[in-house]
Formats: sequence, structure tokens, C-alpha cells
Amino acid sequence: MLTIRQTRLAWLLVLPTLLVVAFVAGYPLAQVFYYSFHRADISFVEPTEFVGFKNYIFLLQDPDFRGALWNTLRFTVVSVFLETVLGLAIALVIHSNFRGRGIVRAAILIPWAIPTVVSAKMWQWMLNDIYGVINVILVNTGLVANKIAFLANPNTVLWAMVAVDVWKTTPFMALLLLAGLQLIPSDIYEAADIDGASKWQQFWTLTLPLLTPALVVALIFRTLDALRVFDVIFVMVGVNTATRSLAIYNRQTLIDFQDLGYGSAVSVAILVIIFIFVVLYMRVAGKGVRGED
Amino acid sequence: MRTRGWSYYLGRLLFYALVVFIVVYSVFPFYWAVISSFKTSDALFSANPSFLPVPFTLTHFQNVFSGAEFGRNLLNSLIVAGGATLICLVLGVMAAYALGRLRFPPKNAVLYLVLAMTMFPQVSVLSGMFVLLRETGLFNTHAGLILSYLLFTLPFTVWVLTGYFRGLPRELEEAAYVDGATPMQTLIKVMLPLTGPGLVTTGLLAFIAAWNEYLFALTFTIGNNVRTVPVAIASFGGATPFEIPWGSIMAASVVVTVPLVILVLIFQQRIVAGLTAGAVKG
Repeated sequence: MLTIRQTRLAWLLVLPTLLVVAFVAGYPLAQVFYYSFHRADISFVEPTEFVGFKNYIFLLQDPDFRGALWNTLRFTVVSVFLETVLGLAIALVIHSNFRGRGIVRAAILIPWAIPTVVSAKMWQWMLNDIYGVINVILVNTGLVANKIAFLANPNTVLWAMVAVDVWKTTPFMALLLLAGLQLIPSDIYEAADIDGASKWQQFWTLTLPLLTPALVVALIFRTLDALRVFDVIFVMVGVNTATRSLAIYNRQTLIDFQDLGYGSAVSVAILVIIFIFVVLYMRVAGKGVRGED
Repeated sequence: MRTRGWSYYLGRLLFYALVVFIVVYSVFPFYWAVISSFKTSDALFSANPSFLPVPFTLTHFQNVFSGAEFGRNLLNSLIVAGGATLICLVLGVMAAYALGRLRFPPKNAVLYLVLAMTMFPQVSVLSGMFVLLRETGLFNTHAGLILSYLLFTLPFTVWVLTGYFRGLPRELEEAAYVDGATPMQTLIKVMLPLTGPGLVTTGLLAFIAAWNEYLFALTFTIGNNVRTVPVAIASFGGATPFEIPWGSIMAASVVVTVPLVILVLIFQQRIVAGLTAGAVKG
């Protein structure tokens, strides 16, 4: 009697959420798929017309899409790699017992709390080619002879974006890895100490393998986030072929070019790319876990 | 006890150097924004900028608030982020209680759906959401932005709160049932008060996510009536395109960031727990 009542109540309680999900995710997603097979402009001046795979065929031949994909992949790989290394270092530091670890943990929460748009503006100011503090420090310490126009030079601008993203999101990585470290029982290190293993050996043979599950989760979250990068790049340099990411190109096709059909095809392509990354990670993670048994 | 050799002290020295580096690296950009917002324009654009806010001025803050616009942006952000947080907490608590505590056969299917949505790229529904908001007449309205923000705040809230409900002890609930309470009464009178801390954390995280959102706010608003703070800060312009008002931009940045930083530092223990619960309990 109670279980039937429970199940009925459960349905009632979950229903509003399911309805909202259907409305704000299901319906728009269906629209995206629908328009990706049509020729349509976003203000619906022209009549919408079914064109089959035409948008997708165009996408495969579109050099701008390929450029955006290449930018996004370079941005993602480099920033996620740097965030992982730095995040792991920070997590290990906070995990070890020392005076003032509370200060370090509070300090790394600051970049996380700052809105991405604000952090983009802050760094744009610091990277300013004439008055930026980074150029002042570089010149005054003699590291470079002339000030660098980080955001105007096509060779440096993408890496400047990476630097800003690394600053903003390494804390999240560090906190996830710290949570993983805290799950590792400390007595295995005592045993390793007795066996005479050095700290370096302990890190590679104990810490890293045991941290793998947390590492994979953190990598998935950060990679998916980096693949959809928009705010940092759009605010700091706007639309620029040297830094245009997939998300920026997607918005450009939809809003600036008013091309609802092709823009929707780009959206589907982004979804597919992200799905490929998820599957890849799941496979690697699955292998890693099985390999430990 | 063996004496500590030079290598021990060298190791400690390097360790503390690393600690100092981490703190300076994390805090300096924010510090620089704060002191820049208090500097006179002459000091801002000097060849050798000072690392202290001298000469000190409040001009940039006065500039930011001189027109009605930035105040309007702040109000819009409060309405949109507050509204989205409130709705996703109410819906989230209901769903999470069912998923975490009640007999509900399609539980796993719903949880997977929710998890998939938290990983969903916002940009990939941009066109669909645009169409939806225009069809419903919600384009360029607060309600429209709130609705679109549920896309990322609601799944996150449900996911984290389900974890909180699961962690509560079973005995309390059973005692309530023995006393003849219905599941709904149990939720409201017994379980809800216990999830207070979880609600604060999740609400705060949802609020921050909505407060910081840029892509939807940029795309689904026109003009200043609904425009939120991130869009306003990103488009802060000077009298001419060549004259960027860095002092005012930094002042506006400080105004919207300081409350967040203070909140985060006050609730830091809970926020760290909530953040990692959202990711690790997979």
C-alpha cells in the first residue's frame, strides 16, 4: 500500500522537472535537428525549405568550420593538459599538511568565483600591449626587449586565451583532484615508507593509479567545457579567424549570417564531436579500471 | 631521532616557494583589477604603473553608476539569476526527494538523463532555444532568460540534491512513517529541514552559474531593458572605439565580483563539497 503511494508521489514530484527538461532541452534540440535539414533564415523572411543533407555536405567542405574545429582542438588539448598538471600540483600541495593550507584553498577559489566575462576583461587589461602590467613586468625584468601585442598577434592570441582559461579553471580541476586524493587511505603510504619507497616512487606507483577515477571525471568535465569555449574568446578578441572556436562560429552563422539551417547543422556537428570525446574517455577509463584488477 | 639535513630544508624552501607562487598566481589578477579601479586615469596609463592604488580616486565608480544603465543591469541580473535559482531549487528538491528516497522504478533512466544534460553544450541548442523563445513571445524578457537558464541549473540541482537526500539516515524517515505520516508530510516536515545546508550550497552554485552566464544573455536580449551584467561589462565602450575606459570597466568588474568572492569565501567549505559532489558521485 505504502509502496504504491510512494511510486505515485514520486511520479508527481519528478513530473515538473521532466516537463521542464522536455521544454527547454527536448524541444529546442528537436528544432535544431529539424532545421539542420532545411534551408531557413532566423527571421523567417524566406519560406523554410527541405534540403536533405545539403547543410551537412556544405559543412564538410567549409574551411571556416575546419578552422574553428582546429582552433577548438588546439585550445582544448593544451588548456586541459596545463590545467591537469597545475591542478594536480595544487591538489598535492593542499593535501599535504602545512601551516596556511586554508589560505591556499581560499586563494584558489577566487579565480573560480570570478565571472568568465570579468576575468576576460581583467586579463585583456593586464595583457594590454602598451599599459598592461604583464608587458611592464616583462620589459622591466629584461625578459623581453619590446612590449608584445599578445592579443593582436595571430601567433600569440590563441595561447593568451589558453592562459586565461587555465587561470580561471585550474581551481575546479584542483578541487576535484583534491577530493580524489582524500579518498586514498593513508595507511598504504605508511606501508610504502616501511618498504623504503621514495616519495617520488610512491607518487607514480600509488597516488597516480589510485587517483585515476577522479582524474578521468575531472578530465571529462574540463574537456567538455573547453570544447564549447565561447565567453573568454568572444569577449577578448571577438570574431577573429586566429581564435574563432566552434561555439563562436556557431553563433556567427546563426545570428550574424542569420542562417538557421546551416547554423543548426553546425550545432549538431558540435554535439557529435562532444559525444565522440565522451565515448573515447569512457573507453580509456573502462580499460584503466579493468587494468588495475 | 636523526637530524634533518640540508636537503630537508631545501625541500621545505621549495615547497613554500610553490605555495607562495600558487597564492600570488591565483590572487594577483583580481588584486590588479581592484587597484586599477581606484587609480586615476593618469596613473592607469603610466609607463611604470604602481602596485598600490595611488593616487586614489572613486571617479570610476561614480562613472559606472552615473547613468541608470549599470544599475538596471545589476537589477536584471538579480531578477534572472534569483528567479532561475528559486525555480530550480523548488523543482529540484521535489525531483531529488523522489530520486533519492522513494520507490521509483525508472529512477536510473531519469538520473542518466539528468547527468547527460549537465554535460550538454549550451551552444548546441542556441538556434532551437531562439525559436522557442520567439514562438512563446518570451524573447528579450526576464522570463525567457530564466527559462533558458533552467537548461543548466535544473539538472545540476537535481543531481547534487539527490546525493544529499541519499546521504540522510533512514531511521528518521521510518520513524515518521511509523507515526503515520504520508511521504509528502515526511518530505516537508522531516527531510526538508535536514537538507537546509545542501539547499544553501546548491542554490549558491546555481545562482553563480546564472549570474555569470553570457552566451544566452547576449543572444536572447536586445537593448538595456533585460540585459544582464556580463553582457554590459563585455560591451562597455568609451566615447570613441579607440578609447577604452579601463578604469570604469575594472570598477564595474569589482562591483559584480566582490560580493561573489565574499560569498564564496564565507561558504567555501560547503561550496567545495557541493562542487565535488556534483562531479565525483558519478
